[in-house]
Amino acid sequence: MNRYPLWKNLLVVVLVLLGLVYALPNVFDQDPSLEIAGNRRAIVDTATEGRIRSRLSEAGIQIKSADLSQDKLLVRFGNSEDQLRAKELLETALGGDYTQALTLSTDVPGWLQSLGALPMYLGLDLRGGIHVLIDVDMDAAVAQAMERYNGDIRTQLREERLRYSRVSTEGDAIVVEFQEAALRDQALDVIADEFRDLTTTTRDEAGEFLIEARMGPTKQREVQKFALDQNITTLRNRVNALGVSEPVIQQQGSRRIVVQLPGAQDPSKLKELLGATATLEYRLEDTEHSVEDALAGKVPIGSRLYKTRDGRPILLKKRVIVTGNQITDASSGFDQRSGSPMVSVSLDSQGARRMRNVTTENVNKPMAVVFIETRKETRLVDGKPVTRKVQVEEVISVANILEPFGRRFQTTGLDSPEEAHDLALLLRAGALAAPIDIVEERTIGPSLGQDNIDQGFESVVIGLILVMIFMAVYYKVFGLVANLALMMNLVFIVAVLSMLQATLTLPGIAGIVLTVGMAVDANVLIFERIREEIRVGSTPQASIYAGYEKAFSTIVDANITTLIAAVVLFSFGTGPIKGFAVTLFIGILTSMFTAIVGTRAVINKIYGGRRVARLSI
Amino acid sequence: MQKAISDLNINFMGKRKLAMVVSIILLLISLGSVLTRGLSLGIDFTGGTLVEVGYTEAVELAKVRQVLAAEGFGDATVQHFGTSRDVLVRLAPKSELQGAELSDRAFSALKSAEGGEATLRRVEFVGPQVGDELTEDGGLAMLYALIGILVYVALRFEYRFALGSVIALIHDVVITVGIFSLFQIEFDLTVLAAVLAVIGYSLNDTIVVYDRIRENFRKMRKGDPVEIINRSLNQTLSRTLKTSLTTLLVLISLFVFGGEIIHGFAFALIIGVIVGTYSSIYVASTSVLMLGISKQDLMPVVKEGAEADAEP
Repeated sequence: MNRYPLWKNLLVVVLVLLGLVYALPNVFDQDPSLEIAGNRRAIVDTATEGRIRSRLSEAGIQIKSADLSQDKLLVRFGNSEDQLRAKELLETALGGDYTQALTLSTDVPGWLQSLGALPMYLGLDLRGGIHVLIDVDMDAAVAQAMERYNGDIRTQLREERLRYSRVSTEGDAIVVEFQEAALRDQALDVIADEFRDLTTTTRDEAGEFLIEARMGPTKQREVQKFALDQNITTLRNRVNALGVSEPVIQQQGSRRIVVQLPGAQDPSKLKELLGATATLEYRLEDTEHSVEDALAGKVPIGSRLYKTRDGRPILLKKRVIVTGNQITDASSGFDQRSGSPMVSVSLDSQGARRMRNVTTENVNKPMAVVFIETRKETRLVDGKPVTRKVQVEEVISVANILEPFGRRFQTTGLDSPEEAHDLALLLRAGALAAPIDIVEERTIGPSLGQDNIDQGFESVVIGLILVMIFMAVYYKVFGLVANLALMMNLVFIVAVLSMLQATLTLPGIAGIVLTVGMAVDANVLIFERIREEIRVGSTPQASIYAGYEKAFSTIVDANITTLIAAVVLFSFGTGPIKGFAVTLFIGILTSMFTAIVGTRAVINKIYGGRRVARLSI
Repeated sequence: MQKAISDLNINFMGKRKLAMVVSIILLLISLGSVLTRGLSLGIDFTGGTLVEVGYTEAVELAKVRQVLAAEGFGDATVQHFGTSRDVLVRLAPKSELQGAELSDRAFSALKSAEGGEATLRRVEFVGPQVGDELTEDGGLAMLYALIGILVYVALRFEYRFALGSVIALIHDVVITVGIFSLFQIEFDLTVLAAVLAVIGYSLNDTIVVYDRIRENFRKMRKGDPVEIINRSLNQTLSRTLKTSLTTLLVLISLFVFGGEIIHGFAFALIIGVIVGTYSSIYVASTSVLMLGISKQDLMPVVKEGAEADAEP
């Protein structure tokens, strides 16, 4: 009696081993580090490494190690204060040709990493960082779209020579007024034909003949989704410039964006980025002069040197053809002839006229789009904050003019649908960005993060020891077995969290502490049952058997109700609460395994299959 | 000691009237406090800005207040947080400044306070609309959790048990929240999480007791409901107390060593566990008794019970 079949014992052994392997990476140190890479012309070599080392030692910043591999230098520090000081120092010392990213690097050996075993992903409250929740003003996005339609309808009617007396935006409708009914009916056809996204109705009022055009619900949703997507894309572009290794930029709900910058310290920098404005300029490429000469300093009059996104220099004419606020729409799709990804752009009437003039004269010449972003930047100069304007200009697209065009045109020859999608979003960035607002900010300094880890760890260990002493005193051998299961449960929680790469937060640690307390509950239930059985006179073996059997359904019922609470917490909760729910959920599941199957396997090994006079319980 | 507990035959149900009076008084005090004094809600719910700064040396709060007042933050509340080197500042919203900018200004002001070098430990800014949504979501979460539990217990046991457990849960939640209101302890997001965890924990306890009540109703040939419930409570008492004790041990460890941020969370759970233990004995069991549970009610489910017993 009380013997597990071989497969069950093997299952326990295999799971225990797996748990240990996947929990193992958390034993290794994680160091705050800087990853330094050269962009464009600069490369990172041993000379750079020497320079960095001497700069840091001059400033008295201790480094743990510096590894050069594949043109990247990884510098590790003892703590995050050193890391941040070093970043600030090196920013001025190295100049703009190098990028630095804040990361955490681990000593986890290669064989473990190749198994996919990674340390737990620490939340911002544990590793420090910035969390910002941004609200996108959807009403403004829709209002902007209405304004555009308003302008487009005017232009269209003027082009068709249909005389209207007034075009106005009233609430959710664009109202066009006419003096004659016949004119109105003609206009109705034109609007219905040209603006298929709008639904039109007619109305007569005191001698006036009106058309009301409204955006359908589908179109409204589309406009809002686009506003959100576009904000996410521009945010991603801007945040990447901050040099944080794993930024999170995600949609949350229908109108919010979460930005998380682990390890980052200075929320004001992020806010400056968020406050940036962007615009676009279409310019002709200067193909008559050579880029090499311009790079050497001989930039021809009437031209300027720019850089493309991948850092290639390019010479453009100074004259601007069209600017971003003349773009009324840009969307990505597929070219009907070639099937390749493309972006189609619409201009307003003024822009269209200029575009037609320029393109007629310059067929087969390349035209470029320059993306310009302006933001305020505050830097400390002699201890005083000085705010200045920073302008970033980048060529995001160069394409040949195949034939003259005006109001609508397409840019083809893009590499992928994603590229087309991004370009379309950037093209709309100038005039159409819906206003954004920071509605939540949480910044955790690195010192607090470390304190949280230390205190969390301490409370887990102390709580665990207290519970283990209690169990050992109260249930003797059985208590020791339960303690073994309890420790294994911790290993499993850590292993599962590492495998899922779920975020561990401070409330998450609290969840682990709580499961430690509650995990022994299953064992208490079982052991109390066993004692009861012994008291009514059952043999030791029968008592063990009956104890586990009878307690099982009680344990399952009791745990499922806690699982329900955990699931509700997870589905409603935001960041910190989610972390708690995740560890609670995982902890309940793993504790059921360790407390029921795990302890049984060990108890069976100790007492099973032989004559036992009395149990140590 | 072991014998002492197992052979106990306390007449729990005999004192159920007294317990009911105690529970009702506690509930009334809690509700009264929540209604009149309200909760000291954290910025998670109210919206607002909070800055925590760590200095290298101990700082006097009066000086910090002075520095802040000079920068136009005269209405900020300032307190030590954990140690005398840490200062927590709550800023009132300012119309001309966005909340996110407010914290930048305040931090640069705080840097100039005496106390050595100041490091930013934490900034929290929550916009008012986010706070409102959170309050609404929190209430909904509580409701969903209760409904989910009601359904599960009704399916696994019987509707009277489901009602009894939900009455016990509401009892626990109201008293826990009531204590936060009575002593004006800050009620933030983590405390809400703790209250939801209390629901899970307290139910855990209740289910174990119910399980035994059901078993004894089916097993014991003689005895009226009061006797059977008494017997069940005595049988599970040892387990109830031990589990509460181990849980309390880790919670106290969390409260003492887990740091200032986790205090409210640990405190809510400590209250919840104590109240939950009491309620699983008195409120939950008394409720099923008063709802008129009898042997016949539990017989039709015998088939399901047999199945559960057959599970490995």
